[in-house]
Amino acid sequence: MAGSAKEYIEHHLTNLTLGVHPENGFGFAHNGKEAGEMGFWAIHVDSMFWAIGLGTLFCWIFKRVADNIHSGVPSGLQNGVETVVEFIDTAVKESFHAKNELIAPLALTVFMWILLMNTMDLVPIDWIPTLATVFGVHYMKVVPTTDINVTFGMSLSVFALILYYSVKVKGAGGFFAELAFQPFPKWMMPANLLLEGVGLIAKPLSLALRLFGNLYAGELIFILIALLPFYLQWTLAVPWAIFHILVIVLQAFIFMTLTIVYLAMAHEHH
Amino acid sequence: MNINATLLGQAISFGIFVWFCMKYVWPPIIAAMNERQAKIADGLAAAEKGAEAEEVAKREAGQLISEAKAQAADIIAQAQKRSNQMVEEARDEARTEGEKVKASAQSEIDQGVVSAREALRGQVSALAVTGAERILGREIDANAHAEALDDLVKQL
Repeated sequence: MAGSAKEYIEHHLTNLTLGVHPENGFGFAHNGKEAGEMGFWAIHVDSMFWAIGLGTLFCWIFKRVADNIHSGVPSGLQNGVETVVEFIDTAVKESFHAKNELIAPLALTVFMWILLMNTMDLVPIDWIPTLATVFGVHYMKVVPTTDINVTFGMSLSVFALILYYSVKVKGAGGFFAELAFQPFPKWMMPANLLLEGVGLIAKPLSLALRLFGNLYAGELIFILIALLPFYLQWTLAVPWAIFHILVIVLQAFIFMTLTIVYLAMAHEHH
Repeated sequence: MNINATLLGQAISFGIFVWFCMKYVWPPIIAAMNERQAKIADGLAAAEKGAEAEEVAKREAGQLISEAKAQAADIIAQAQKRSNQMVEEARDEARTEGEKVKASAQSEIDQGVVSAREALRGQVSALAVTGAERILGREIDANAHAEALDDLVKQL
Protein backbone atom coordinates (compact mmCIF):
# COMPACT_ATOMS: atom_id res chain seq x y z
CA MET A 1 0.00 0.00 0.00
CA ALA A 2 1.62 3.19 -1.16
CA GLY A 3 1.49 6.07 1.27
CA SER A 4 -1.57 7.29 3.07
CA ALA A 5 -5.13 6.16 2.47
CA LYS A 6 -5.93 9.32 0.56
CA GLU A 7 -3.04 8.76 -1.80
CA TYR A 8 -3.99 5.13 -2.25
CA ILE A 9 -7.58 5.99 -3.16
CA GLU A 10 -6.56 8.77 -5.50
CA HIS A 11 -4.02 6.54 -7.15
CA HIS A 12 -6.65 3.93 -7.81
CA LEU A 13 -9.11 6.42 -9.24
CA THR A 14 -6.69 8.04 -11.67
CA ASN A 15 -6.52 6.90 -15.26
CA LEU A 16 -3.35 6.48 -17.23
CA THR A 17 -3.73 9.60 -19.38
CA LEU A 18 -1.80 10.31 -22.54
CA GLY A 19 -1.92 13.76 -24.03
CA VAL A 20 -0.23 17.11 -24.54
CA HIS A 21 0.37 19.00 -21.29
CA PRO A 22 0.72 22.80 -21.64
CA GLU A 23 3.99 22.77 -19.71
CA ASN A 24 5.41 19.26 -19.93
CA GLY A 25 4.53 18.65 -23.56
CA PHE A 26 3.38 15.31 -25.00
CA GLY A 27 3.46 12.34 -22.63
CA PHE A 28 1.70 10.54 -19.80
CA ALA A 29 0.22 12.69 -17.04
CA HIS A 30 2.04 12.32 -13.76
CA ASN A 31 -1.02 12.85 -11.62
CA GLY A 32 -4.72 13.59 -11.78
CA LYS A 33 -4.19 17.34 -11.89
CA GLU A 34 -1.92 17.16 -14.91
CA ALA A 35 -4.39 14.85 -16.63
CA GLY A 36 -7.08 17.47 -16.12
CA GLU A 37 -4.85 20.16 -17.57
CA MET A 38 -4.38 18.20 -20.75
CA GLY A 39 -7.91 19.14 -21.79
CA PHE A 40 -10.15 17.22 -24.18
CA TRP A 41 -7.50 15.91 -26.54
CA ALA A 42 -6.04 13.42 -24.13
CA ILE A 43 -6.82 9.75 -23.95
CA HIS A 44 -7.13 7.23 -21.12
CA VAL A 45 -4.77 4.56 -22.35
CA ASP A 46 -5.76 2.05 -19.66
CA SER A 47 -9.51 2.39 -20.34
CA MET A 48 -8.99 2.04 -24.08
CA PHE A 49 -6.61 -0.88 -23.67
CA TRP A 50 -8.98 -2.90 -21.50
CA ALA A 51 -12.11 -1.89 -23.40
CA ILE A 52 -10.67 -2.77 -26.80
CA GLY A 53 -8.97 -5.87 -25.41
CA LEU A 54 -12.20 -7.18 -23.90
CA GLY A 55 -14.23 -6.22 -26.98
CA THR A 56 -11.73 -8.09 -29.12
CA LEU A 57 -11.92 -11.08 -26.79
CA PHE A 58 -15.70 -11.08 -27.16
CA CYS A 59 -15.49 -10.83 -30.96
CA TRP A 60 -12.80 -13.49 -31.14
CA ILE A 61 -14.70 -16.03 -29.02
CA PHE A 62 -17.99 -15.46 -30.81
CA LYS A 63 -16.36 -15.44 -34.25
CA ARG A 64 -14.62 -18.71 -33.48
CA VAL A 65 -17.93 -20.29 -32.52
CA ALA A 66 -19.67 -18.74 -35.52
CA ASP A 67 -17.03 -20.20 -37.85
CA ASN A 68 -17.46 -23.73 -36.55
CA ILE A 69 -21.16 -23.61 -35.90
CA HIS A 70 -23.39 -26.46 -37.02
CA SER A 71 -27.05 -27.24 -36.50
CA GLY A 72 -26.36 -30.63 -34.93
CA VAL A 73 -26.09 -31.28 -31.21
CA PRO A 74 -24.13 -28.31 -29.81
CA SER A 75 -21.43 -28.77 -27.20
CA GLY A 76 -19.10 -26.82 -24.96
CA LEU A 77 -18.48 -23.25 -25.99
CA GLN A 78 -21.11 -23.35 -28.70
CA ASN A 79 -23.70 -24.10 -26.02
CA GLY A 80 -22.72 -21.06 -24.00
CA VAL A 81 -22.62 -18.75 -27.00
CA GLU A 82 -25.96 -20.01 -28.25
CA THR A 83 -27.51 -19.48 -24.83
CA VAL A 84 -26.38 -15.84 -24.87
CA VAL A 85 -27.51 -15.35 -28.46
CA GLU A 86 -30.89 -16.88 -27.75
CA PHE A 87 -31.27 -14.73 -24.65
CA ILE A 88 -30.51 -11.58 -26.64
CA ASP A 89 -32.71 -12.68 -29.52
CA THR A 90 -35.66 -13.19 -27.17
CA ALA A 91 -35.09 -9.83 -25.49
CA VAL A 92 -34.95 -8.08 -28.86
CA LYS A 93 -38.05 -9.85 -30.21
CA GLU A 94 -40.01 -8.95 -27.10
CA SER A 95 -39.55 -5.20 -27.32
CA PHE A 96 -38.45 -4.44 -30.86
CA HIS A 97 -41.06 -5.13 -33.50
CA ALA A 98 -39.80 -3.22 -36.52
CA LYS A 99 -37.45 -4.86 -38.98
CA ASN A 100 -33.82 -3.89 -38.46
CA GLU A 101 -30.79 -6.11 -38.95
CA LEU A 102 -28.66 -3.91 -36.70
CA ILE A 103 -30.54 -4.13 -33.43
CA ALA A 104 -29.84 -7.72 -32.39
CA PRO A 105 -26.06 -7.66 -33.05
CA LEU A 106 -25.95 -4.25 -31.40
CA ALA A 107 -27.70 -5.60 -28.32
CA LEU A 108 -25.38 -8.61 -28.25
CA THR A 109 -22.31 -6.40 -28.45
CA VAL A 110 -23.61 -4.04 -25.78
CA PHE A 111 -24.45 -6.87 -23.42
CA MET A 112 -21.31 -8.95 -23.82
CA TRP A 113 -18.92 -6.04 -23.93
CA ILE A 114 -20.33 -4.30 -20.85
CA LEU A 115 -20.53 -7.63 -19.07
CA LEU A 116 -16.84 -8.33 -19.72
CA MET A 117 -15.78 -4.80 -18.80
CA ASN A 118 -17.80 -4.93 -15.57
CA THR A 119 -16.37 -8.34 -14.73
CA MET A 120 -12.93 -6.78 -14.50
CA ASP A 121 -14.21 -5.38 -11.22
CA LEU A 122 -13.96 -8.84 -9.70
CA VAL A 123 -10.23 -9.10 -10.33
CA PRO A 124 -8.62 -8.34 -6.95
CA ILE A 125 -8.14 -4.64 -6.91
CA ASP A 126 -4.36 -4.46 -6.56
CA TRP A 127 -3.23 -7.28 -8.82
CA ILE A 128 -3.13 -5.61 -12.18
CA PRO A 129 -2.09 -2.11 -10.96
CA THR A 130 0.76 -3.69 -8.98
CA LEU A 131 1.81 -5.72 -11.97
CA ALA A 132 1.67 -2.57 -14.12
CA THR A 133 3.86 -0.74 -11.59
CA VAL A 134 6.45 -3.46 -12.00
CA PHE A 135 6.54 -2.60 -15.70
CA GLY A 136 6.82 1.11 -14.96
CA VAL A 137 3.19 2.09 -15.53
CA HIS A 138 2.01 4.13 -12.55
CA TYR A 139 -1.67 4.43 -13.17
CA MET A 140 -3.85 1.53 -14.23
CA LYS A 141 -7.64 1.45 -13.91
CA VAL A 142 -8.72 -1.96 -15.13
CA VAL A 143 -12.51 -1.50 -15.16
CA PRO A 144 -13.33 0.58 -18.24
CA THR A 145 -16.94 1.08 -17.19
CA THR A 146 -15.77 3.09 -14.16
CA ASP A 147 -14.50 5.64 -16.66
CA ILE A 148 -17.27 8.07 -17.52
CA ASN A 149 -15.79 8.56 -20.99
CA VAL A 150 -16.37 4.91 -21.77
CA THR A 151 -20.00 4.86 -20.64
CA PHE A 152 -20.71 8.13 -22.43
CA GLY A 153 -18.93 6.88 -25.51
CA MET A 154 -21.42 4.06 -25.70
CA SER A 155 -24.53 5.94 -24.64
CA LEU A 156 -23.86 8.77 -27.07
CA SER A 157 -23.39 6.24 -29.87
CA VAL A 158 -26.77 4.81 -28.96
CA PHE A 159 -28.15 8.35 -28.85
CA ALA A 160 -26.82 8.98 -32.35
CA LEU A 161 -28.61 5.83 -33.51
CA ILE A 162 -31.82 7.01 -31.81
CA LEU A 163 -31.65 10.32 -33.69
CA TYR A 164 -30.71 8.64 -36.97
CA TYR A 165 -33.56 6.13 -36.89
CA SER A 166 -36.08 8.69 -35.60
CA VAL A 167 -35.37 10.88 -38.61
CA LYS A 168 -35.11 7.93 -40.99
CA VAL A 169 -38.40 6.30 -39.96
CA LYS A 170 -40.53 9.38 -39.21
CA GLY A 171 -38.82 11.98 -41.36
CA ALA A 172 -37.39 15.19 -39.93
CA GLY A 173 -40.87 16.73 -39.78
CA GLY A 174 -42.38 13.74 -38.08
CA PHE A 175 -39.61 13.65 -35.52
CA PHE A 176 -40.01 17.36 -34.85
CA ALA A 177 -43.78 16.96 -34.54
CA GLU A 178 -43.23 14.25 -31.98
CA LEU A 179 -41.08 16.62 -29.95
CA ALA A 180 -43.18 19.75 -30.41
CA PHE A 181 -46.87 18.79 -30.67
CA GLN A 182 -47.30 16.59 -27.65
CA PRO A 183 -48.20 15.96 -24.87
CA PHE A 184 -49.94 19.40 -24.89
CA PRO A 185 -51.82 21.05 -27.80
CA LYS A 186 -49.84 22.77 -30.55
CA TRP A 187 -50.07 26.29 -29.13
CA MET A 188 -48.00 25.16 -26.15
CA MET A 189 -45.11 24.18 -28.42
CA PRO A 190 -42.32 25.67 -26.26
CA ALA A 191 -43.47 23.72 -23.24
CA ASN A 192 -43.73 20.59 -25.35
CA LEU A 193 -40.28 21.08 -26.79
CA LEU A 194 -38.84 21.58 -23.34
CA LEU A 195 -40.49 18.49 -21.90
CA GLU A 196 -39.75 16.18 -24.82
CA GLY A 197 -36.28 17.66 -25.25
CA VAL A 198 -35.41 16.90 -21.67
CA GLY A 199 -36.86 13.42 -22.08
CA LEU A 200 -34.71 12.89 -25.15
CA ILE A 201 -31.49 14.19 -23.58
CA ALA A 202 -32.18 12.17 -20.46
CA LYS A 203 -31.85 8.93 -22.43
CA PRO A 204 -28.09 8.99 -23.08
CA LEU A 205 -27.43 10.72 -19.77
CA SER A 206 -29.27 8.12 -17.72
CA LEU A 207 -27.75 5.25 -19.72
CA ALA A 208 -24.21 6.48 -19.17
CA LEU A 209 -24.55 7.69 -15.60
CA ARG A 210 -26.41 4.61 -14.36
CA LEU A 211 -23.71 2.26 -15.59
CA PHE A 212 -20.89 4.54 -14.51
CA GLY A 213 -22.41 5.23 -11.08
CA ASN A 214 -23.01 1.61 -10.23
CA LEU A 215 -19.59 0.42 -11.29
CA TYR A 216 -17.73 3.42 -9.88
CA ALA A 217 -19.42 2.96 -6.51
CA GLY A 218 -18.66 -0.75 -6.56
CA GLU A 219 -15.03 -0.08 -7.40
CA LEU A 220 -14.78 2.56 -4.68
CA ILE A 221 -16.07 0.16 -2.07
CA PHE A 222 -13.53 -2.45 -3.16
CA ILE A 223 -10.83 0.23 -2.77
CA LEU A 224 -12.08 1.10 0.72
CA ILE A 225 -12.16 -2.58 1.68
CA ALA A 226 -8.59 -2.84 0.44
CA LEU A 227 -7.58 -0.28 3.08
CA LEU A 228 -8.39 -2.78 5.82
CA PRO A 229 -5.67 -5.04 7.24
CA PHE A 230 -5.17 -7.89 4.77
CA TYR A 231 -6.41 -10.58 7.19
CA LEU A 232 -9.76 -8.78 7.56
CA GLN A 233 -10.36 -7.86 3.94
CA TRP A 234 -12.06 -11.09 2.97
CA THR A 235 -14.84 -10.59 5.55
CA LEU A 236 -16.13 -7.67 3.49
CA ALA A 237 -14.61 -8.28 0.08
CA VAL A 238 -16.22 -11.70 -0.37
CA PRO A 239 -19.82 -10.64 0.39
CA TRP A 240 -19.40 -7.49 -1.66
CA ALA A 241 -17.93 -9.40 -4.60
CA ILE A 242 -20.79 -11.88 -4.49
CA PHE A 243 -23.30 -9.06 -4.42
CA HIS A 244 -21.37 -7.30 -7.14
CA ILE A 245 -21.78 -10.25 -9.49
CA LEU A 246 -25.46 -9.33 -9.54
CA VAL A 247 -24.67 -5.68 -10.28
CA ILE A 248 -22.30 -6.65 -13.09
CA VAL A 249 -24.87 -8.72 -14.93
CA LEU A 250 -27.78 -6.47 -14.08
CA GLN A 251 -26.12 -3.30 -15.34
CA ALA A 252 -25.11 -4.98 -18.59
CA PHE A 253 -28.66 -6.24 -18.98
CA ILE A 254 -30.24 -2.86 -18.20
CA PHE A 255 -27.99 -1.04 -20.66
CA MET A 256 -28.86 -3.59 -23.35
CA THR A 257 -32.61 -3.55 -22.64
CA LEU A 258 -32.81 0.23 -22.59
CA THR A 259 -30.84 0.42 -25.83
CA ILE A 260 -33.39 -1.89 -27.45
CA VAL A 261 -36.34 -0.02 -25.98
CA TYR A 262 -35.05 3.42 -27.00
CA LEU A 263 -34.39 2.22 -30.54
CA ALA A 264 -37.81 0.60 -30.65
CA MET A 265 -39.34 3.91 -29.63
CA ALA A 266 -37.37 5.63 -32.39
CA HIS A 267 -38.97 3.22 -34.88
CA GLU A 268 -42.54 3.68 -33.68
CA HIS A 269 -45.02 6.33 -34.69
CA HIS A 270 -46.92 7.92 -31.86
CA MET B 1 -12.69 12.53 -13.79
CA ASN B 2 -12.05 14.27 -17.07
CA ILE B 3 -14.09 14.13 -20.22
CA ASN B 4 -11.65 13.65 -23.05
CA ALA B 5 -10.98 11.90 -26.32
CA THR B 6 -11.40 8.49 -24.66
CA LEU B 7 -15.07 9.11 -25.34
CA LEU B 8 -14.44 9.23 -29.08
CA GLY B 9 -12.13 6.24 -28.92
CA GLN B 10 -14.78 4.27 -27.10
CA ALA B 11 -17.47 5.31 -29.58
CA ILE B 12 -15.30 4.32 -32.53
CA SER B 13 -14.38 0.93 -31.08
CA PHE B 14 -18.03 0.41 -30.19
CA GLY B 15 -18.98 1.04 -33.80
CA ILE B 16 -16.32 -1.34 -35.07
CA PHE B 17 -17.34 -4.13 -32.68
CA VAL B 18 -21.02 -3.73 -33.55
CA TRP B 19 -20.21 -3.80 -37.24
CA PHE B 20 -18.03 -6.90 -36.81
CA CYS B 21 -20.73 -8.59 -34.78
CA MET B 22 -23.41 -7.73 -37.34
CA LYS B 23 -21.32 -8.95 -40.26
CA TYR B 24 -19.50 -12.04 -38.96
CA VAL B 25 -21.01 -13.19 -35.68
CA TRP B 26 -24.74 -12.80 -35.50
CA PRO B 27 -25.93 -14.11 -38.91
CA PRO B 28 -24.18 -17.51 -38.88
CA ILE B 29 -25.08 -18.25 -35.26
CA ILE B 30 -28.73 -17.31 -35.60
CA ALA B 31 -28.94 -19.16 -38.93
CA ALA B 32 -27.58 -22.34 -37.36
CA MET B 33 -29.98 -22.00 -34.44
CA ASN B 34 -32.96 -21.50 -36.72
CA GLU B 35 -31.84 -24.46 -38.80
CA ARG B 36 -31.67 -26.62 -35.68
CA GLN B 37 -35.10 -25.42 -34.66
CA ALA B 38 -36.49 -26.45 -38.03
CA LYS B 39 -34.70 -29.79 -37.75
CA ILE B 40 -36.16 -30.47 -34.33
CA ALA B 41 -39.63 -29.52 -35.50
CA ASP B 42 -39.25 -31.87 -38.50
CA GLY B 43 -37.98 -34.62 -36.25
CA LEU B 44 -40.92 -34.28 -33.87
CA ALA B 45 -43.38 -34.30 -36.76
CA ALA B 46 -41.69 -37.40 -38.20
CA ALA B 47 -41.80 -39.12 -34.83
CA GLU B 48 -45.50 -38.41 -34.54
CA LYS B 49 -46.10 -39.72 -38.04
CA GLY B 50 -44.04 -42.80 -37.21
CA ALA B 51 -46.08 -43.46 -34.09
CA GLU B 52 -49.25 -43.19 -36.14
CA ALA B 53 -47.90 -45.57 -38.77
CA GLU B 54 -46.93 -48.01 -36.03
CA GLU B 55 -50.47 -47.89 -34.67
CA VAL B 56 -51.88 -48.69 -38.11
CA ALA B 57 -49.33 -51.43 -38.69
CA LYS B 58 -50.14 -52.98 -35.31
CA ARG B 59 -53.81 -53.01 -36.13
CA GLU B 60 -53.14 -54.58 -39.54
CA ALA B 61 -50.83 -57.13 -38.02
CA GLY B 62 -53.49 -58.09 -35.48
CA GLN B 63 -56.01 -58.55 -38.24
CA LEU B 64 -53.61 -60.67 -40.28
CA ILE B 65 -52.80 -62.85 -37.28
CA SER B 66 -56.42 -63.51 -36.49
CA GLU B 67 -57.09 -64.33 -40.14
CA ALA B 68 -54.13 -66.68 -40.20
CA LYS B 69 -55.33 -68.36 -37.02
CA ALA B 70 -58.76 -68.92 -38.50
CA GLN B 71 -57.23 -70.32 -41.68
CA ALA B 72 -54.95 -72.62 -39.74
CA ALA B 73 -57.87 -73.91 -37.71
CA ASP B 74 -59.73 -74.58 -40.96
CA ILE B 75 -56.81 -76.45 -42.42
CA ILE B 76 -56.39 -78.56 -39.31
CA ALA B 77 -60.08 -79.43 -39.28
CA GLN B 78 -59.99 -80.37 -42.93
CA ALA B 79 -56.90 -82.49 -42.45
CA GLN B 80 -58.50 -84.27 -39.53
CA LYS B 81 -61.58 -84.99 -41.58
CA ARG B 82 -59.49 -86.23 -44.46
CA SER B 83 -57.39 -88.48 -42.25
CA ASN B 84 -60.51 -89.96 -40.68
CA GLN B 85 -61.83 -90.59 -44.14
CA MET B 86 -58.59 -92.25 -45.19
CA VAL B 87 -58.54 -94.48 -42.15
CA GLU B 88 -62.14 -95.44 -42.85
CA GLU B 89 -61.37 -96.21 -46.48
CA ALA B 90 -58.31 -98.23 -45.55
CA ARG B 91 -60.36 -100.21 -43.09
CA ASP B 92 -63.05 -100.94 -45.67
CA GLU B 93 -60.51 -101.98 -48.23
CA ALA B 94 -58.79 -104.25 -45.78
CA ARG B 95 -62.09 -105.80 -44.88
CA THR B 96 -63.07 -106.54 -48.50
CA GLU B 97 -59.59 -107.83 -49.26
CA GLY B 98 -59.75 -110.12 -46.28
CA GLU B 99 -63.12 -111.39 -47.33
CA LYS B 100 -61.87 -112.02 -50.82
CA VAL B 101 -58.88 -113.97 -49.55
CA LYS B 102 -61.11 -115.91 -47.22
CA ALA B 103 -63.53 -116.71 -50.06
CA SER B 104 -60.78 -117.92 -52.38
CA ALA B 105 -59.35 -120.08 -49.60
CA GLN B 106 -62.80 -121.50 -48.98
CA SER B 107 -63.28 -122.34 -52.65
CA GLU B 108 -59.86 -123.99 -52.80
CA ILE B 109 -60.77 -126.03 -49.76
CA ASP B 110 -64.07 -126.96 -51.34
CA GLN B 111 -62.33 -127.95 -54.54
CA GLY B 112 -59.88 -130.08 -52.56
CA VAL B 113 -62.71 -131.76 -50.77
CA VAL B 114 -64.46 -132.52 -54.06
CA SER B 115 -61.35 -133.87 -55.74
CA ALA B 116 -60.51 -135.94 -52.64
CA ARG B 117 -63.99 -137.28 -52.70
CA GLU B 118 -63.63 -138.09 -56.42
CA ALA B 119 -60.38 -139.88 -55.78
CA LEU B 120 -61.80 -141.76 -52.85
CA ARG B 121 -64.79 -142.69 -54.89
CA GLY B 122 -62.55 -144.16 -57.62
CA GLN B 123 -60.50 -146.07 -55.12
CA VAL B 124 -63.61 -147.33 -53.30
CA SER B 125 -65.06 -148.60 -56.55
CA ALA B 126 -61.80 -150.31 -57.42
CA LEU B 127 -61.73 -151.81 -53.93
CA ALA B 128 -65.31 -152.95 -54.30
CA VAL B 129 -64.50 -154.58 -57.58
CA THR B 130 -61.43 -156.31 -56.18
CA GLY B 131 -63.42 -157.45 -53.14
CA ALA B 132 -66.21 -158.77 -55.29
CA GLU B 133 -63.68 -160.63 -57.47
CA ARG B 134 -62.17 -162.23 -54.43
CA ILE B 135 -65.60 -163.19 -53.20
CA LEU B 136 -66.77 -164.45 -56.50
CA GLY B 137 -63.51 -166.09 -57.40
CA ARG B 138 -63.56 -164.75 -60.81
CA GLU B 139 -63.09 -161.84 -62.80
CA ILE B 140 -65.82 -159.43 -63.23
CA ASP B 141 -66.00 -157.79 -66.52
CA ALA B 142 -65.61 -154.25 -65.56
CA ASN B 143 -67.18 -153.10 -68.71
CA ALA B 144 -70.14 -155.34 -68.32
CA HIS B 145 -70.77 -154.02 -64.87
CA ALA B 146 -69.78 -150.56 -65.38
CA GLU B 147 -73.32 -149.40 -65.01
CA ALA B 148 -73.68 -151.06 -61.67
CA LEU B 149 -70.32 -149.75 -60.52
CA ASP B 150 -71.11 -146.21 -61.51
CA ASP B 151 -74.32 -146.48 -59.60
CA LEU B 152 -72.38 -147.63 -56.63
CA VAL B 153 -69.81 -144.89 -56.96
CA LYS B 154 -72.52 -142.29 -57.11
CA GLN B 155 -74.01 -143.52 -53.89
CA LEU B 156 -70.78 -143.06 -51.99
